[in-house]
Amino acid sequence: MTTDTAAPRAPRAPLPAPAAPARPKLAAKTVTLAHGGGGSAMRDLIDAVFLSAFSDEGRAAPEDQARFDLAALASKGDRLAFTTDGFVVDPLFFPGGDIGTLAVCGTINDLAVGGAVPVALSCAVIVEEGLPVEVLAQVARSMAEAARAAGVSIATGDTKVVPRGACDKLFVTTTGIGVVRAGLDVGIAKARPGDVVLVNGLLGDHGAAILNARGDLALETAIESDCAALHGLIADLVAAAPGIRMMRDATRGGVASVLNELAEASRVGILIRELDLPIRPEVTGFCEILGLDPLYLANEGKLVAVVPPEEAEPALAALRAHPLGRAAAVIGRVTDVRPGRVVMETRFGGARVVDMLVGDQLPRIC
Amino acid sequence: MRYVDEFRDPALAAALVKEIGAVCGRLERGRDRPLSIMEVCGGHTHAIFRYGLEGLLPDLVEFVHGPGCPVCVLPMGRVDDCVAIAEQPHVIFTTFGDAMRVPGARGSLLQAKAEGADVRMVYSPLDALELARKNPDREVVFFGLGFETTMPSTALTVLRAARGNVRNFSLFCNHITIIPTLRALLEQPDFGIDGFIGPGHVSMVIGTAPYLFIAEEFKKPLVVAGFEPIDLLQSLLMVLKQMEAGRAQIENQYARVVPDAGNPAALKAVAEVYEPRATFEWRGLGSIAGSGVQLRPAYAAFDAERRFAVPDVKVADPSSCRCGAVLTGSEKPWACPEFGTGCTPETPLGALMVSSEGACAAYYQYGGLRGAAA
Amino acid sequence: MCLGIPGQIVAVADADAMLCTVDVSGVRRAVDVVCVAEPGRPLAELIGAWVLVHVGFAMSRIDEEEAAATLKVLTEIGEAEAEMAALRLGLDHPATP
Repeated sequence: MTTDTAAPRAPRAPLPAPAAPARPKLAAKTVTLAHGGGGSAMRDLIDAVFLSAFSDEGRAAPEDQARFDLAALASKGDRLAFTTDGFVVDPLFFPGGDIGTLAVCGTINDLAVGGAVPVALSCAVIVEEGLPVEVLAQVARSMAEAARAAGVSIATGDTKVVPRGACDKLFVTTTGIGVVRAGLDVGIAKARPGDVVLVNGLLGDHGAAILNARGDLALETAIESDCAALHGLIADLVAAAPGIRMMRDATRGGVASVLNELAEASRVGILIRELDLPIRPEVTGFCEILGLDPLYLANEGKLVAVVPPEEAEPALAALRAHPLGRAAAVIGRVTDVRPGRVVMETRFGGARVVDMLVGDQLPRIC
Repeated sequence: MRYVDEFRDPALAAALVKEIGAVCGRLERGRDRPLSIMEVCGGHTHAIFRYGLEGLLPDLVEFVHGPGCPVCVLPMGRVDDCVAIAEQPHVIFTTFGDAMRVPGARGSLLQAKAEGADVRMVYSPLDALELARKNPDREVVFFGLGFETTMPSTALTVLRAARGNVRNFSLFCNHITIIPTLRALLEQPDFGIDGFIGPGHVSMVIGTAPYLFIAEEFKKPLVVAGFEPIDLLQSLLMVLKQMEAGRAQIENQYARVVPDAGNPAALKAVAEVYEPRATFEWRGLGSIAGSGVQLRPAYAAFDAERRFAVPDVKVADPSSCRCGAVLTGSEKPWACPEFGTGCTPETPLGALMVSSEGACAAYYQYGGLRGAAA
Repeated sequence: MCLGIPGQIVAVADADAMLCTVDVSGVRRAVDVVCVAEPGRPLAELIGAWVLVHVGFAMSRIDEEEAAATLKVLTEIGEAEAEMAALRLGLDHPATP
């Protein structure tokens, strides 16, 4: 497996060299069980790979927990948001990102769609022995870069090494805390008939990029993951639409799954228009070849937002003014017909139910 | 996308729907039951639901979703055979994605994979052959299924394997042919179909002549159709116009892809590699004479059925299952007592819930807004 | 049954293996062209051709003239419908003299 591992992809923007002039030396080229043993080998690995990447301001004494000043947190809002997510993506590196960027952005997004300003993350990694140290280091650098760009710290972490075969190369778990803006109250059960449904851009890029990066399908495409931290975009959105009802990042199961959860929880109907769905031609082509439905493809930098009708225009304008929302669109509205159901008006004015997916979407070929 | 977008034009669709409405208005006079139009192909069923076409059409037109979903009509015993092959230690079992979830009596390939079998999804049989080349110490088996559309691709892959002497590649052949099955359906005494939308991609291989008996012997119209919504609407209109004129002919709406003679190179490869089986079992329909093919003895080295001990046990469909009646158009999916309760896409009992192209799964998933789910 | 999609042949991938590269909306894949190649002619002649692709095989050359003919029939139906609609509109709202 060591030799099979995909070569780390050079990051698109060069990284600032991690600040650690006296960077600890790590002799090993691959991770072994010794690195998880709690002894000096583990200390060296953590120092060389994680601490050198994560800590900007030199190395603090290694404690078992991060500590936060409550008064400072309380000044940002009136509720604490707390979330966790496990990342097991295959392959670890894919066009547009890697498991590290995914873990950081995913957890930031889970905080941000609750109306929270993200503050800090934890990062726990489970490594399969035999993983090249450089792969782990590349993932750590990606995490550091994503966190730094987002203005969020990675404040604590944990590393475990498991025997070959006990996990697949590398699993990452990130937990995050954030502070919810005072007065902002969004929720999956808050949509009302008449509300407007928006997305911040092109749908399905991540799902298509990952499926393609696995290489089993032997397709060539330039589709890249849309992996991005959305808290900045969300700050602009909630400022423009303070009455916003709901936000969700449309990850696994895609936009269709978010809309179904929304319809169910709010006991409303959702009507979307096929012609209004923003999807790039390559993703359409990818889906046509494999018989997939882009509505169910995962996204990692797309949110579904529901706003009251009078805030639809300012919300759309705010999304489109942000670099991560240029292709934002109104895709539908909330109705009082068929509560719990998502219906799509097809391009001819026909209608079909957009149901929850049963399992994974499998290519439909014959 | 060229040759796709033009055939999804809403304005053209609206015009066709109006014209269909006008013809139906004239056909309706004096009729006491709807016109049953069977779309033979599962791809057509999928498109009808995907674009919500049923809701656009007059009540007079009733689509009956035919047997053309190879995943749906695969008998459970054959899935069990797949699992038995896949479980053998040196085997890499390769398959199209949609066959992964089809349940046999012993579970699906997806379950076999979870339990340790090396099952891999591929886009093309060529990719399975490539896997065999890259893994000379493993046996790579490709699960060949599908109608005449897919047969040339597996036949050409076997010919490539033979030419390249790739000895660790074999095919588990479950290909079926549509013509004997259409005949078997038409010969049923209570078969109430008034006309057919013919399978476009099967026809690009076999051409249009094999359907002539439907018009000549059974006096039913058939129009070979493309897969975009405009194609389907236009084909439906062509069928209705035949009915209005009292004609029963084989027409080709999909002439941009389907030459009347089919594809000679594809047919040659199929004839070289395959021979008819005496009979083949269809889930929901039972055994149909001459409806399956197998590898010719000259290609026995590439025949997984000869290379692996397959159990070949016949497994009966659950007795409560009404798939046969739905396939022949005598019952609607939601009339089945198991529909949506005992039988769902998650835990399918019957053939038609198995793939998204199956009539029952299509109703369940996309909710016939005009049917039960409304 | 039988998902097939139009794509354009953009390159010869491996002439000996009868493989060409097909482009579908920017997504590319090597496909077998045995069923669409003219025996004895160089594969390069296929570049630019539109084909119907099924499971990695080009199964049919798309006939541009037939596609245009089908669309022409459709457009005529559309125009006839528009005329009928105009006629009906005229009957519903007779122009005042």
